[in-house]
Amino acid sequence: MKKTIKLQDLDCANCAAKIENAISKLDGVTNVKVNFMSQKMILEAQDDQFDAIIAQAKKVAKKIEPGMIIIV
Amino acid sequence: MSKKEKKLLWRILVTGVIFGISYPLHLTDILPDILELIIFLTAFIIIGIDILWKAARNITHGQVFDENFLMTIATIGAFCLGDYPEGVVVMLFYQVGELFQSYAVSKSRRSIADLMDIRPDYANVMRDGSLIQVDPEEVQVDDIIIVKPGERIPLDGIVEEGFSSLDTAALTGESAPREVGAGENVISGCINQAGKLTIRVNKAFGQSTVAKILELVENASDKKSKSENFITRFARYYTPLVVIAAALLAVLPPLITGGSFNVWIERALTFLVISCPCALVISVPLSFFGGIGGASKSGVLVKGSNYLEALAGTEIVVFDKTGTLTKGNFVVSEIHSNKMSGQELIRLAAYAEDYSSHPIAMSIKKAYGEDIDTSQIKDITEIAGHGVKAVIAGIALDGTINDREVLAGNTRLMASNHISYDDTASAGTVIHLAVDGEYAGYILIEDEIKQDSRQAILDLKAAGIKQTVMLTGDSDAVGQKVAAAIGLDKAYTQLLPADKVEQLEKLIGSKSQKGMLAFVGDGINDAPVLARADIGIAMGGLGSDAAIEAADVVIMTDEPSKIATIMKISKKTLRIVWQNIIFALGVKGIVLVLGALGFATMWAAVFADVGVSVLAIINAMRALNVKKFNESEDTGNESIVSSKQIA
Repeated sequence: MKKTIKLQDLDCANCAAKIENAISKLDGVTNVKVNFMSQKMILEAQDDQFDAIIAQAKKVAKKIEPGMIIIV
Repeated sequence: MSKKEKKLLWRILVTGVIFGISYPLHLTDILPDILELIIFLTAFIIIGIDILWKAARNITHGQVFDENFLMTIATIGAFCLGDYPEGVVVMLFYQVGELFQSYAVSKSRRSIADLMDIRPDYANVMRDGSLIQVDPEEVQVDDIIIVKPGERIPLDGIVEEGFSSLDTAALTGESAPREVGAGENVISGCINQAGKLTIRVNKAFGQSTVAKILELVENASDKKSKSENFITRFARYYTPLVVIAAALLAVLPPLITGGSFNVWIERALTFLVISCPCALVISVPLSFFGGIGGASKSGVLVKGSNYLEALAGTEIVVFDKTGTLTKGNFVVSEIHSNKMSGQELIRLAAYAEDYSSHPIAMSIKKAYGEDIDTSQIKDITEIAGHGVKAVIAGIALDGTINDREVLAGNTRLMASNHISYDDTASAGTVIHLAVDGEYAGYILIEDEIKQDSRQAILDLKAAGIKQTVMLTGDSDAVGQKVAAAIGLDKAYTQLLPADKVEQLEKLIGSKSQKGMLAFVGDGINDAPVLARADIGIAMGGLGSDAAIEAADVVIMTDEPSKIATIMKISKKTLRIVWQNIIFALGVKGIVLVLGALGFATMWAAVFADVGVSVLAIINAMRALNVKKFNESEDTGNESIVSSKQIA
């Protein structure tokens, strides 16, 4: 399953790279792209655990960029 | 400026004022130390509170190499060493850099959004006999919509009624309006300039041209360029390395030489100030974003930063012929008459071909130009694969009725009727004519070469393309003639679709390892070749879903000269990217060395760091400006025209 997630107030390009790197290491994530310029993330992960992965990804992203609002 | 940015600006101004007053006092040393500490600490907290807060929060999350954390250490370190002004100034300039970055990024996001301002807001749809305004997404296929002058066409469809001219500039970068009338296709996103149009919708909004283009441009920066990946990877190692170097610098030299810890700690703090790679990391995607936006302004859609990057390395450009370099329409280019006048020959041919709707027949009728009086056509027999045999009424000079039997077709038709014909070696389709059993002459029909094809090849050569090649299924005579007329290096002719892929693979094998091969086609029956090439470029994207789907780069108009334009945009973007990378790394490297040797203070470091950020971002924003390329093209065309006139 593939989903586009809006990352409002993603302010720093390096954090975007860090978020991408951290989420790509999560179990079950097949592909993830964080696009700093368009402020969104495209997450591709296995169907059966998709919701759990999104929740985890949110947590990871929050850790790196706390001021960001994640809109699924 | 957003609310957040305004708030930061105020904090910068307030801190600037406090600093401006207290720094001269600090230099004259008239204040007691404790008062100075209080003043500078107040300024520091005003400017740095959010950074300090983020640093504290992130360190509990284990983010050691976080920019906020490093800035905090560097500035608090400065305070501990008694360098209060340094502590404040580093934080102040860091925030100035942040504000500038945030402003520049949102500005370029906005300008791309404006550029792509083709989304229709509403549609006037006929429902139960009355006209209502609805969201374009609610309109269904076969609904009737009305577009008034000045309005944007909300959905793709066919004109049922009305006549108007459309402004397609937002989609194609083309300023010349497009005329449309009943029965013609119209594309969403164009602006109706003149008359009221009644349109039958033939695609839902999600499938419409506008929706597809918007989706494409919005997703373009998802496909990252190699340079962006390089720089994010670099950043991942850069910060930890600088921090480790700083730690070693603070501890090792004093231990070895027995010098003062304070001196070396100060140098180490200088390192931390320039450990943030943000400017670099931001400037690369910002440049590509600008380049892609600028390209769409010129009517070229690039589906990813990676393709924009690859275009700059193109060595070989391979073209399809029909519809790409030529117009794909057939035009009578030569009339060769043996006995009668040329006009009479074409008249007979037009009458004989009257019932055919084949493009060849259409071109003959077009060349004849007059109405055909069908009552004069007495009999027409079509001989498949050969041509036609027709009996056409006529009146001889002396007034007697003189019906003539006309044979019009290929050499096989002539041969089967035992008529000797001129064996032309002409490149094109030849229609031979015989009247009453005698050879009368032939008509040569050729595909027209596009006006800017030749200029396109010249521009590509000037842009450094090593080889231009044409692949065509057409006959060798036609292919070679077109290739020579346009100035291509090579032409491979009589290729079946599968041969085209094979030939393309050979060409891919012949380029250098880093070089790229671009294939340019119209996306109609060359999808496999488009997919196989390093960069697939489709032309005539406006109105052709096939082209938009199949290619990596879509040229919205039918102009091959846009290929050189997009290559120039690509090269400019890459030049900006590498300027930024080299400049930023160079300055950081120099400051690191000077800092380690004790020549660069924290002041110098923060100036260098923020200065580099600001310059890199300003440089990156240049990528959006592509006006120059469109202008230089125009002057290029003019010079050709004038040189022709002189000749």
